[in-house]
Amino acid sequence: MTERGPVAIDSRPENENWLARLRAWPRRLWHEAFGRVSEKEGFYRHGALVRLTHWINALCIIFLLGSGLNIFNAHPRLYWGMTGTDADQPFFSLGAVDTPAGPMGFTQIGAWQFDTTGVLGWSMADGQFQPRGWPSWMTIPGFQSLADARHWHFLFAWILLFNGLAYLLYSLWSRHLQKDIWPSGADIKAIPRSILDHIKLKHPTGDAARRYNVLQKLAYLGVIFLIVAMVLTGLTMSPGFNAIFPWLLDLFGGRQSARSLHFISAALILLFVIVHLVEVVLAGPINEIRSMLNGWYRIPQDHSKDRE
Amino acid sequence: MAKVKDITRRVAILGGLGGAGYLIAKADSLTMGSGFQNVARVVEDWTMSAQRGLMGDRLAREYRASDISPFFKPNGTYDPGTDEYNGHVAQNFANWRLRIFGLVDKPLSLSLAELRRLPRRTQITRHDCVEGWSAIGMWTGVPMSLLLQAASLKINARYAVLRCADNLTGEPAKGGEQSPGQYYESIDLRDAFHPQTIMAYAMNGKPLDVAHGAPLRLRVERQLGYKQAKYVESIEITDSFSGIAGGRGGYWEDRGYEWYAGI
Repeated sequence: MTERGPVAIDSRPENENWLARLRAWPRRLWHEAFGRVSEKEGFYRHGALVRLTHWINALCIIFLLGSGLNIFNAHPRLYWGMTGTDADQPFFSLGAVDTPAGPMGFTQIGAWQFDTTGVLGWSMADGQFQPRGWPSWMTIPGFQSLADARHWHFLFAWILLFNGLAYLLYSLWSRHLQKDIWPSGADIKAIPRSILDHIKLKHPTGDAARRYNVLQKLAYLGVIFLIVAMVLTGLTMSPGFNAIFPWLLDLFGGRQSARSLHFISAALILLFVIVHLVEVVLAGPINEIRSMLNGWYRIPQDHSKDRE
Repeated sequence: MAKVKDITRRVAILGGLGGAGYLIAKADSLTMGSGFQNVARVVEDWTMSAQRGLMGDRLAREYRASDISPFFKPNGTYDPGTDEYNGHVAQNFANWRLRIFGLVDKPLSLSLAELRRLPRRTQITRHDCVEGWSAIGMWTGVPMSLLLQAASLKINARYAVLRCADNLTGEPAKGGEQSPGQYYESIDLRDAFHPQTIMAYAMNGKPLDVAHGAPLRLRVERQLGYKQAKYVESIEITDSFSGIAGGRGGYWEDRGYEWYAGI
């Protein structure tokens, strides 16, 4: 290594100069984020195409969720079956009603109704309170515009489609899907143990960290399934696509059912994203994010044994 | 020293993340810009090409009589309400005429009685509003292909532009600034000659009522509700719609919605 070689990765206790340590911090972060991890410390975890499609997918999900909620606001009610309008009872709705105490935003789920004034049904946008299903800060664009939200939605739907196909075809061809994500028989048997590990927030170390754990595999398979479901239920809402593949209407139980399943799948994807981000933070955010940026993952060592 | 390849990669990674962050942070102001609106029109072209390439002349699904929605939500204009229109309502539309003109050899002017004597098609189809709701109704009317054949199109004919009797004020709650304007719509000849594209004068076996577009409306199945123009007075055959009203081919198209409403 040259004189500009890597900055010390382990913060040495003998370095008591906190100012020097603070100054070294940005360089250390940069090294952590971009530095190559040696074969001894870790391994090349994610191929370039997986990393690229991961980030494009993340951007698509942000825009599709935001614009989808804006589109939802044009008719914030969900039904089952082929048809549904204001005359029908929704199983889920957001809305606003006038009460003696002023306007109230509500969220209705089945027979229950909750007061969600200020967030759902009735919230502030453009400096004034208004009837609005999802609040401004959740939607893309932030102002209510069905036409513009549709533009964003269809733009990123196309990107998601090509990105998803690239990922799936590459993963099948390179056997990434079969080798790394599809659970083995041993994995299935290890499910109870993996659940316990997750509850104890215990993350794999050493050789075990070279593979995904079984819950992780199932979660990734699940989100692939959900994205496929999103594309299909989304297309089932299109009257043009209905003429192409009318059987999709029957598969999902009708046009309004497809719309509702589209929404429920989106909610499950959001749940996945939240759990995914929490796990990234718990498992070591810099190491995890680096491995998705330059591919290199440092294998976490089991320090509990060092102390014994 | 880091290798050039590594530096390029870092620049690409940081550039990508920065670009994505910019898109997310600036989404609202980008939405208002012409660049984004132009991108949206390119995307609309992809969607239209892809759908039309796959669908050919396939029919929209037709339903059973028992599937007809007991309540079919009227939308947009509920009643044009002008003196002229009210006069037509009082006369039961006896003097209403559908004019077909423009790039045709034989301009036509047809009364409702004449339209009812022409061959008709009845179809039970689903109506999907761009807002998200759906209802099923039964429509009876004259296939547009018959009308256009009778008018004999000129070689440069490309679009059928339908002008309506209603002046829609727009509903600000449903999407920003909407200036009032005469309702109109346009379809191209591929949709105009589709067997399910009809000029409907009856709904669920009865003459069209005012809320649903009396006396005559378009049904262009395989597209969303806003294409189904109500209160239709004329069909102009043109080679372009860029010189009409806002130039985008329809009332809602002029207010930001897609001209191709198949999705």
